[in-house]
Parts: sequence; C-alpha cells; structure tokens
Amino acid sequence: MSVKVRIPQPLQKLTGGKELVETSAVSVKALIAELGEKFPGLSERICDEQGRIRRFINIYVNEEDVRFLRGDATALKAGDEVSIIPAIAGG
Amino acid sequence: MSLREDQIERYSRQILLPNVGGKGQEKLLAGKVLVIGAGGLGSPVAAYLAGAGVGTIGIVDSDTVELNNLHRQILYSSQEVGKKKALAAQERLEKVNPDVKVVPHVLRLTSENILEVIKDYDVIVDGSDNFPTRYLVNDACVLAKKTLVHGAFFRFEGQAMVIKPGEGPCYRCLFAEPPPPGAVPSCQEAGVLGALAGVIGLIQATETLKLILGIGQPLVGRLIIFNSLEMSFRQVKVPRDKNCPICGEKPTIKELIDYELFCGLNKKEGE
Repeated sequence: MSVKVRIPQPLQKLTGGKELVETSAVSVKALIAELGEKFPGLSERICDEQGRIRRFINIYVNEEDVRFLRGDATALKAGDEVSIIPAIAGG
Repeated sequence: MSLREDQIERYSRQILLPNVGGKGQEKLLAGKVLVIGAGGLGSPVAAYLAGAGVGTIGIVDSDTVELNNLHRQILYSSQEVGKKKALAAQERLEKVNPDVKVVPHVLRLTSENILEVIKDYDVIVDGSDNFPTRYLVNDACVLAKKTLVHGAFFRFEGQAMVIKPGEGPCYRCLFAEPPPPGAVPSCQEAGVLGALAGVIGLIQATETLKLILGIGQPLVGRLIIFNSLEMSFRQVKVPRDKNCPICGEKPTIKELIDYELFCGLNKKEGE
C-alpha cells in the first residue's frame, strides 16, 4: 500500500488535472522532491527558494498540519493520506 | 423583548427546534452581523440570516451588480445590473423580512476604516474575494476580538472556518501570509461553480446562526474543505500557532496592513 496525495485545484494544472497521486515517499520532503520530478514546476509552487514550505500553503498528513509535527521531516507510512491545502480567496 | 404574533408565525419552524425556542429567536432578532462582500458568499449568507430574523445585518460592498455576477449572486435580479450591491441587497433583504434592519456600507475596507465599521457588530462574516481584504479582516477581528466566520472558494472547491480570537486559531495561524500577487488566480480568471459558492456561504450562515444562538460545536480549530466534484467534505486540524504574527506569543503585526498598497491588486469585494 502506498501514500495517497491530494493535489488542490489551484495546482492541478501542473499535474495535468490529476487530483490524486500515489507515492511511496517516506517523508514529506521526499514527497515534495518526487512531485517536483513527476510534475515540473510543482515543488517550486509548494516551496520557496530556500526549500521551505510557503506560508500560504499547508501540508497535512491525515488531519495533522506538518508544521506542528516535524515539518518536512515528518515521516510518511503506507496508508497515510497527504493533503496539500493552499489559501484561496474567492468570494 | 417579546415576540409579536406574526413573528411567532414567521419563525415557527425554527422556534420549534429544541435549543432555539422563543428565547433563541429573541437572540437572533437582537443579533448584529456584518457581511463583508455581497457576492457569491455574501448573497446566500445574507439571504438566510435575513430569513432567520437576524435583527441587524450590515453589508459591506463598494461594487455594482454585473451581469456575470448573477449565476451565483442570488440576491440580485437582471433589472439590478448597474446598481450598488449593498443598496440592492438592502432592498431585497428588507422585502424578504421587514423585521431585519439592513445597514449598507458602500465602501472599501481599509486599515483606516475597518475598526470603525466592525465595531457595532457581534459576528463578522468574510465573503470578500481577495487576499488583501481577507488578511485585513482577520487582523482587525483579532485586534478587536470579534468572532469571524471565514469562507472562500476556488473553482470547484471551498474552505470554511470560524475564528474566535483569544480562544482558537486565527486565519494567520492557518496561513501566516498572503500569496504574492499573481500566484493565485482570482475568480475572474479562475471561474467558479455558482452552487459551490452557495454551499460555502450556507456553511458560513449556519455557523453564524449557531454562534448567535450559542448552540452546537462551532467550526473553531478545524478547517472544512468541500470538494464539489467528489461531493466530499474533509476536515483538518488547525492548532493555534504560537508563532502567529498577529495572535501568537510575540506578535510582529501591531497595526493593520493594507496589502494592496504594495501588491497592487485590483481590489474588488464580493466578486
């Protein structure tokens, strides 16, 4: 079993419209790198030039924000669901 | 305050509810809610609050009704294209329910005026359509300790959360800073499913009614994410961030910021 990753609508144009991506990455950092390889431009949208997760995007492992776990060092295990959730402003 | 006979009849289906009753209805009639942006979110929010008999509803919007608003902004009809939204909304809402006093605020919120505008309201509902306003509203509500009901959408997806300053996380605990201009397309460029705006707006309206009535579990400390294509709701935890720039242990933001001044966005409320 692998880890399921949910790509939010604003980033789906980089994944060719794909909302769910499967990965076997073992950490959030490895996941971001893998997404960047599979979908060019995606890791730059998630992280800044220093490689830190941008302040208007959160990454959740299941229901938990990785900022309150171990940041991008947070480990992933089979069966986890990762959500990438950006700030949106439509009203 | 005691309810008139026509009020008992008008609100009978909600007075019947356990936890509401006549007392709850009186709370609603005494409630004062400010709806920021009378657009895709603000329209359903205001319509349902007026229906429920929330006594005072303020509407902030400086825009006029456009034909391309009507697929989602249910307060307006074709004849009202070109009218100021806050005034058209007032007319419509007072027709829906003459018990309700609607206060139109035809203005753009800025760091200069926002504290004055929000000060007379119990609950603030954010239905604005741009990041500068959203961060300004959050910061002002934190500083003034006003409960804020947040909602936003993008294409087929929406988010909602309730912010109780001092008790739970604020919007900056969730997303510390707005994206730079251009990083996220606006509704004008991105499009939106009109009914999705309705779903998110009605989550905001429901939370607002619960807050006034003091019933149920408010959407504090958790973010609801609605995906209309999958037709699914998800929830994630939102802890208070001790490093939050406005409500954390050592706040770095001590006065309100007008982001548009330096990010140059074309700011419009309630698109």
